[in-house]
Amino acid sequence: MASVAMVLLVEDDPAVREGLGLALRRQGHDVRAAVTGEEGVERLRETRPDIVVLDIMLPGIDGFETCRRMRGQAEVPIIVLTARGDDFDVVAGLEAGADDYVVKPVEPRVLEARIRAVLRRTVSEPANAERHGSLVIDRAGLEVRKNDVKVALTPTELKLVLELSRTPGRVLTRQQILEAVWEHDYLGDSRLVDACVQRVRAKIEDVPSEPAYIHTVRGFGYRFGPR
Amino acid sequence: MRVKFLRGLKPRLMAAFALLTLLGAVAAAGLSYANARSLLLSDAQDGFMNPLVEEVRDYAPRVPVPPTQQDLDDMATYLRSSSVVVYQGMRSRSGSALDFVPAELRETLKTSRTVQWQRRTDRADPYVVIGIPLLQPSGEPTGVEVWAYSSLGGPARAIDSFAQAAWLGVALVLPLALGLALLTAQGVLRPVRRLGAAARALGAGRLDTRVEERGADELTELARTFNRAAEQLEASQAASRRFVADVSHELRTPLTAMNAVTGVLDEDADALSEDTAVAARLVSAETRKLTRLVNDLMEISRFDEGRNVLELDEWDIGTAVSDSLAARGWTSSVEASLPAGVTGRVDRRRLDVVVANLVGNALRHGSAPVTVSVRPGVIEVADSGPGIPPDALPHIFDRFYKADTARSRSEGSGLGLAIAWENARLHGGTIEAANAPSGGAVFTLRLPW
Repeated sequence: MASVAMVLLVEDDPAVREGLGLALRRQGHDVRAAVTGEEGVERLRETRPDIVVLDIMLPGIDGFETCRRMRGQAEVPIIVLTARGDDFDVVAGLEAGADDYVVKPVEPRVLEARIRAVLRRTVSEPANAERHGSLVIDRAGLEVRKNDVKVALTPTELKLVLELSRTPGRVLTRQQILEAVWEHDYLGDSRLVDACVQRVRAKIEDVPSEPAYIHTVRGFGYRFGPR
Repeated sequence: MRVKFLRGLKPRLMAAFALLTLLGAVAAAGLSYANARSLLLSDAQDGFMNPLVEEVRDYAPRVPVPPTQQDLDDMATYLRSSSVVVYQGMRSRSGSALDFVPAELRETLKTSRTVQWQRRTDRADPYVVIGIPLLQPSGEPTGVEVWAYSSLGGPARAIDSFAQAAWLGVALVLPLALGLALLTAQGVLRPVRRLGAAARALGAGRLDTRVEERGADELTELARTFNRAAEQLEASQAASRRFVADVSHELRTPLTAMNAVTGVLDEDADALSEDTAVAARLVSAETRKLTRLVNDLMEISRFDEGRNVLELDEWDIGTAVSDSLAARGWTSSVEASLPAGVTGRVDRRRLDVVVANLVGNALRHGSAPVTVSVRPGVIEVADSGPGIPPDALPHIFDRFYKADTARSRSEGSGLGLAIAWENARLHGGTIEAANAPSGGAVFTLRLPW
């Protein structure tokens, strides 16, 4: 059976590693496992996985630091496993560059759904490249250029830009963005949107604290449009 | 009635103060009254009697025995005041009639060698009657008697006004004493009342209740003891909650591993031998229940530690409720009355938890039809089951409380209603449990949206 995706699983607990590995393999994934954050960063370079499933509580460098190092290397989607379900954990994980998170004890079906949603994030569309100020959005080539230089976006970040820029000037609620980009149901965590917007702003805005492309509409959501 | 009245500390203190004041004042006034009275009266009496006796002694040698009428008259004239001189049947012509002398006193004087006197009060003013016998040089009575009396009205009036002053003093001091008693009682009772209120609050579960420790008296000591007890109670509750949180946390990692493979067990159970299949399905199902329990315990722990925060947004409540029902496949088993246009600022995920727990509870423990209705500020979940036993109503939101003790373990974790209640409280709202007149249980969620 051809594998659906190559998953790099970074988890120190052998039982969880084995259990999740088994469950993911049965879904058709090619699973590579790493025990520590250092090993995970190493394997990421060697194996170039489609997605990383990363435990936060790790010996040695922790999940947050591992996440940051992986982000420095590649635009690979990262799903964080948070053991505490603690709000602080979630925010810290998202700030470190995670695309999504799952709370332990993990329901395998939930994890599988998130993995598939993350992997589905970028679909090429037959369309002409649009120019918004100094930003070019190419839906066919699935890339964003700023001043004719390609912006390194993760699949999630790219999808966020594509969704927001589809209707320039219109306000999208966090909820709408969450459903469109993350495919979460109506109970998703809107902090995912906020964290992702922050990261995208850091990459496409001239001055991230005074955004020109992605505007915050307080109490509602976000609006795309160069102003 | 009297006993009941005196049961309170305040009336008792006041009664004691009043009694003490009264007793003290009466004792002091009474003693000095008696003292002053005897002093004043004997003073007045001596002032009258002593000179008279002197005069009679001085004059006595000049009176022949037996005396003539003239002798008696002379003597009476000599003696000051209105004395009467008597010898057997004769009496001096001056002086008042002898009827002021009591008969028994006359009788006594006949054989007496000493002065006889008596204080009497049978007239308007008190007075003293004195009888002085004339003695022979040998000491034998001569038979000549001098009788006189003097009013003691002046001193008596002085004593009366003194007594009046004493009573007036008592009357003035008594309200003062009562006021003092009231003040003291209040000083004692205010801290006592505060302690009482604090103890009630502690009993109601507010373990962070403390009382002020001001001053250095016994009541402050009591307040300090109370505070220390409350601290220990709070610390031990925090420790036990900490323990639950730690245990739940420790359970998460193995549960994650187990949960990951339950799907494998379920999928392959059909291919296993009968016993192994049963075992596999059992382990799988129980693992999922255990997971739910641990998740609920973690959620409760987060509430206890105050780590849960609201993410308020404007939502259409009807839509939110219908989504919650649809997500769990309850749309066909619940009669929902969800009018459009009821909106509110709520945390939608928490509202979902509340609705899921209330409806889930109604579906499990009540019987069909289960109804959900939305009104502005209110979501009501009702079932048509037997309702909640009255003695269970106050505990229905307690953790792990089971209204039906015969049911050893329910579908839920036993924390669903407690979590719903905490979520309502986080919103600043309430959930009430009651029984409908028609018999079913009714849970009413009120939110200040």
